[in-house]
Amino acid sequence: MLEKALRGNKSYFAWIGFLLILVGMGFGFYLRQLGFGLGITGMSRDVSWGLYIGQFTFLVGVAASAVMLVLPYYLHNYKVFGKITILGEFLAVAAVTMCLSFIVVDLGRPDRAFNVLLYPTPNSVLFWDMVVLNGYLFLNIFVGWTVLESEAKSVPPPKWIKPFIYLSIPWAVSIHTVTAFLYAGLPGRGFWLSAIMAPRFLGSAFAAGPALLILICLFLRKYTKFDAGWEAIQSLAKIVTYAMIISVFFVLCELFTVFYSQIPEHMYHFLYLFVGLHGHSGLVPWMWASTVLAAIALIIMINPKTRNSPGTLAIGCAAVFFSLWIEKGITLVITGYIPSPLETITEYHATLPEIGIVIGVWALGFLIMSVLYKVALSVKAESA
Amino acid sequence: MDDTRRSFLKIAGLSMLGFGAKPVVDAVAGTGDPKFEKDSKAFNGKRWAMVVDQQKCLKAKEGCKDCVTACNSAHNIPEFNNPKDEIKWIWQTSFEHAFPGQENPYLDEYIKKSLKGLPFMVLCNHCDNPPCVRVCPVQATFRRPDGIVVMDYHRCIGCRFCMAACPYGARNLNWRDPRPFIKKENPEYPTRTRGVVEKCNFCSELLAVGKMPACVDACKDKALVFGDLEDPNSEVRELLRSRPTIQRKPQLGTRPQIYYIL
Amino acid sequence: MYNAGKIIIGIVIFLALITAPFWYNLGRPSAPPKLEIGTQEKQCVESKAFMQAKHMVLLDQWRDEVVRDGKRIYVNSTGKQFNMSLQNTCTKCHSSKTKFCDRCHTYLNVAPNCWDCHIAPKEQEKLAGRSDK
Repeated sequence: MLEKALRGNKSYFAWIGFLLILVGMGFGFYLRQLGFGLGITGMSRDVSWGLYIGQFTFLVGVAASAVMLVLPYYLHNYKVFGKITILGEFLAVAAVTMCLSFIVVDLGRPDRAFNVLLYPTPNSVLFWDMVVLNGYLFLNIFVGWTVLESEAKSVPPPKWIKPFIYLSIPWAVSIHTVTAFLYAGLPGRGFWLSAIMAPRFLGSAFAAGPALLILICLFLRKYTKFDAGWEAIQSLAKIVTYAMIISVFFVLCELFTVFYSQIPEHMYHFLYLFVGLHGHSGLVPWMWASTVLAAIALIIMINPKTRNSPGTLAIGCAAVFFSLWIEKGITLVITGYIPSPLETITEYHATLPEIGIVIGVWALGFLIMSVLYKVALSVKAESA
Repeated sequence: MDDTRRSFLKIAGLSMLGFGAKPVVDAVAGTGDPKFEKDSKAFNGKRWAMVVDQQKCLKAKEGCKDCVTACNSAHNIPEFNNPKDEIKWIWQTSFEHAFPGQENPYLDEYIKKSLKGLPFMVLCNHCDNPPCVRVCPVQATFRRPDGIVVMDYHRCIGCRFCMAACPYGARNLNWRDPRPFIKKENPEYPTRTRGVVEKCNFCSELLAVGKMPACVDACKDKALVFGDLEDPNSEVRELLRSRPTIQRKPQLGTRPQIYYIL
Repeated sequence: MYNAGKIIIGIVIFLALITAPFWYNLGRPSAPPKLEIGTQEKQCVESKAFMQAKHMVLLDQWRDEVVRDGKRIYVNSTGKQFNMSLQNTCTKCHSSKTKFCDRCHTYLNVAPNCWDCHIAPKEQEKLAGRSDK
């Protein structure tokens, strides 16, 4: 089936070529990082995780969101999602690949990455994260490919694939829960030390992932022959709406606990994030941009009129996606380090090579997604 | 036909097993019977700990950094002169940074008057319940039976989970190659490679040959006292018996093993 | 045969690729290098044959015993004691990294990373005054 990715029109190959150039550029910067060390990034002794781990965290959410299609379609036999479930699964494949790439580029000694397998350590959450992410990657490739192959042969999917599909549902929840536990169990980091971290992650994941899928579906509807079906897009839009409301609600819960209890080591982080602390306010514009985007998103998505029209729906979904990208991809990780455990403030500014590597990894993800989508849509076009 | 193929596969499988076992047999049989032992001069503590007597750390006001310098040169710690790449095992900081949340204006006054506004010495707390050890995915950092939390630089993958987990900011990554920034190499101790985490090791390499930690040895005013908590006659136990002490962030349940006399 | 031309080109490329290591090493010295042991001492910590074949295994064992178990003394098969240290025991006899370790490692094209951290002995050689930094 993969050969279907090798046939396409000019704009398809132009897009693939463009992505390859970006991947190559990112790889060039990565070689420089390998030569110099992680000092080439903006990370420091005090802010020791930055953009890489932020992107990783955000993309785990995008990956987990495939469950929002798989669950209604396979568990509740919701036929409307029949055409796009494969898009969700393949989006998850691309997103998990990006996650794993971000972990690798973040390692100080990537040559020793396999130590995680040589010395398995069940008390480390990172060990479990490695297990669940790789498992999820496998499940989605396996399920997506098998079901698509049956479709290409015009036969129903084999029965033995069902257990894997059902397994992928709790597994999706597990990847984001375990990722949240990376943060939520650290005693000295008031910003992350919150039991609501995992639910918050899931809430934002089920908003950002489907929002991206809607944007993709709208794009495909306009520029290709593939139509996901307006009903499917509308159902997704409702999922995004509820998930976004829940996500914002969880953040408000967090804000209440922190500011009503007034415990300094929890409060300082939020102060730094929203208004700045001791004259340092590097993340304030980002946080307010995220807040404003979230407000715009809620207005557009809650109002049925704007949610039902493709133009405004696209704006609403873009607002959801970028609001949550800022929140999880940038502010969540960095703010955990500011102020430091010694209550000093070191700010973080991503460097050019660091941003280049981030763009390269994103391009790699889009490349994988484009190729897989090309295969899936070609199969669907032929079998239709 | 089928039968011979099956028996061929069986034999092939068995001989593959033989190949796998060979190195194991060799490793056991080839070396004779070597043994690994501790140095007879080694200090054998059961639970190492340190008391920092701030009342004795009087020369710090005049810029004394003997303990820091001794540590840096003993462990080949590079000097980058910028906070971004900085590596420090033991360093000076003010009270409100060493003990955030415990400062108040009247205590400030006490520190200014009675302790002459001295900086506080901070280092790895060698916790009894270390979060850094809990999170390490490869056991590159671990707690020895004598309580010292050490690093295995050979194994560290540089994921920096331990840096996120440490509530005392005691851990450092080698963001770049440290070698060009080491003033004078101590040939007794290795340097580090870029991309691994490092921190204070209570001078386990010196204890192993019967020497006190470098910082303790370097302090002429005996402000740093090191010893075995399990030995009721040790100097640290005597100090803890006779003077009130505080620890950094004890409420986090890490059970830090550096005690401070104010 | 369909597409004969393409298949033959493919086979040629495949053969070229899998035999690449042989082409790559063509014309390189094949005689083992002469190592300068750098000591009058007759006996290493274990027999010469063992050290030649297994020094890397032994060093890994030393590393784990010292770092992870805090044991620093190695008692060899004849009962003699050694401080387990690449930097402070091995190099006391093998005083030239370039003429001992490197010669063989270069010949075999292996690149152990011991010296990224462990400090190599100062070489007497005045050759351009290069150190191993």
